[in-house]
Amino acid sequence: MSETKDKHIIIPCSGIGKAVGTVARRAAYIVTDETLPNKAATMCLPLLTIEDSEAIEKIRSNPCITIEGCIAECARKNVEYHKGQLKADINVLDVLKQNNRLKPGTVLDIGPDGEKLAKKVAEKIINAIEDSK
Amino acid sequence: MKIKSRKIGLISCSGEDLPEGTISRVATRRVLEERDDTVTICLPLFLAGGQEERDFAKENPCVTVDGCEKRCAAVGVKKYGGVDAKSSIVISDIVKELNFPRPSSRRKILSQDEKLVQEVMSTINQEIKEVQEGKD
Repeated sequence: MSETKDKHIIIPCSGIGKAVGTVARRAAYIVTDETLPNKAATMCLPLLTIEDSEAIEKIRSNPCITIEGCIAECARKNVEYHKGQLKADINVLDVLKQNNRLKPGTVLDIGPDGEKLAKKVAEKIINAIEDSK
Repeated sequence: MKIKSRKIGLISCSGEDLPEGTISRVATRRVLEERDDTVTICLPLFLAGGQEERDFAKENPCVTVDGCEKRCAAVGVKKYGGVDAKSSIVISDIVKELNFPRPSSRRKILSQDEKLVQEVMSTINQEIKEVQEGKD
């Protein structure tokens, strides 16, 4: 598991069924790998689903921002179930509504508009990190 | 027991934190798109969803595809479905056993990792065949 000390943990849904799940995942990487690598890290959401003790400790001791691909809101529900420090929950569908020309392609290739949408989602993540300080 | 009448559940860990999670996700998704006898469910739905999602593994014999030794997909099937996966594939084991270089990108499939994706897809298809033939 990545080092997360003093970082926000960005947890995307990574749904495998919809392109918006891939957009959520891509947005998380834009923040953790490109924009704010010293302030943000990600972790595997399935670790919370299987109740991994190390993962649960991390979401309780670090501020978390969840990114959803659909209305099921799996990331938020998994974090809340384990009483993690949830600071913000961003849904890609809401960002898509605000930018309705940026329709992502497929699960395996979100395409140029999907990339642009992921950047919009990443901006919201960055704002949420700033707001939660 | 022949179970060809039921679709095979393919469950990927899709772990965000490891390159192996991305390999798992892409290989699983490609197989799902190539075959009409498979179905999937997003793993976190086991906790976030309702009984219907938790019954997925009871309704569909499952092949799990995990990135690492934590085996979240296989553990999830057992924990929420109350049944064992019919087959459990672990990418890190394939990397080790077949001497693949460890994948380095979690953001995308690099050209040097394409062979690993193909190997995982081949393994998934073989496991599906064996589950369908009742060799599990």
